[in-house]
Amino acid sequence: MNIEDFILKIENEFEDLTPGKLKPESKFRDIFDWNSVNALTMIAMVDSEYDVMLVAQDFQKSKTIQDLFNIITSKAKK
Amino acid sequence: MALFSIPHTRIAGISTCVPKNIVANKDYKWISDKERELLIRKTGVVEKRVVTKGMTASDLCYEAAKKLIEDLKWNKEEIELVIFVSQSRDFLLPATACILQDKLGLPKTCLAIDMNLGCSGYVYGLSFMANYIAHCNIKKALMLIGDVTPLASYRDKTAYPLFGDAGAATALEYDENAAPMHFNLQSDGSGYKAIIIPDGGMRNYPTKKSFEYKSYGKGIIRNKLQIALDGFAIFNFSLREVAPNIHALLQHNNIPIDTIEYFLFHQANLLINESVRKKLKLAPDKVPYSLNKFGNTSSASIPTTIVSELRQQVTSQKLNMLFCGFGVGLSWGSVYVETENICCPEIIEL
Repeated sequence: MNIEDFILKIENEFEDLTPGKLKPESKFRDIFDWNSVNALTMIAMVDSEYDVMLVAQDFQKSKTIQDLFNIITSKAKK
Repeated sequence: MALFSIPHTRIAGISTCVPKNIVANKDYKWISDKERELLIRKTGVVEKRVVTKGMTASDLCYEAAKKLIEDLKWNKEEIELVIFVSQSRDFLLPATACILQDKLGLPKTCLAIDMNLGCSGYVYGLSFMANYIAHCNIKKALMLIGDVTPLASYRDKTAYPLFGDAGAATALEYDENAAPMHFNLQSDGSGYKAIIIPDGGMRNYPTKKSFEYKSYGKGIIRNKLQIALDGFAIFNFSLREVAPNIHALLQHNNIPIDTIEYFLFHQANLLINESVRKKLKLAPDKVPYSLNKFGNTSSASIPTTIVSELRQQVTSQKLNMLFCGFGVGLSWGSVYVETENICCPEIIEL
């Protein structure tokens, strides 16, 4: 599991993202139209790809793609 | 665990009635064009049916039941049990099932009862009916099930575009040779706030304040007599609980998952249902959808999907099917049923 792979998976899932634009430090609320539908899409993708369940609080305490990735990594270890 | 089997009960027929009034989500002007397109794509709800003023879930169920009794050529005097499964009943009291017993011309020897469940209601209702049939000498029974959406605020983008209205009737009868139905029923009331109408019951009796509209975020305005959804909690619950419930049911009864021809899921929304389907590694052609045409029809979603998508198969073939309902309560459950030549009239419009 690495951040580059995570970014690729996000780009595959969200069609309106320009490939290569998303960086670990990107703030996910700014980079594309972040709404509850997209948040749920992210939960579904992370569940399916990493078998990790993100919850609402995980998004609330995250700003960047790296923050989200760190949460996924820590949950995957448990 | 509430894992159990009930013998001697056969599904004789299933019918569904929907309002004629079609509401398309492309016309939902409360949100931007871009958000609307995303919402339709992710929820899978292209259009739905919506009742006109004064029409209730019991009206839809009545039409579905009337047609089913006619097509089955059942003698009404032989119907001994009618249940009405709904969270949009006609009155706070009395029970709507009693009203339907009289309206349908069923005898006074008929047991009538309401069951207050939504998304899981079809599976729970079947277990209730089958128990009476298998153990209480009841030979013919009717489950009427459905909900209507005036409970959702038009200005709540998380609720209004999702829900559609439908009412269904399912006829069950005693059959010595029927294969047993296998159930796994569960509940978790700690999540009761995930889908809730906060006011209007005895806990929060309605006051003037109950009617005041309040904003709960961008595109979400509703009052406390309207349905409130916590999308994250519902999504997490569905991903966490549905697949293990089904696996436990099949394992307990030694049923290989690939021997099941169709999986009928509560039509929550496409994002949730597809996630569940992929978790269970099911081929798309085994998992029919009626979401695109009828939306999330709450308690009626499983029978509505059967009538809309599998009518030809259920009327002519022997099938192994699994029904799974999950949602408000939180309450969820699945049932494995074997069916053969079910009476299934075309969808009725009212």
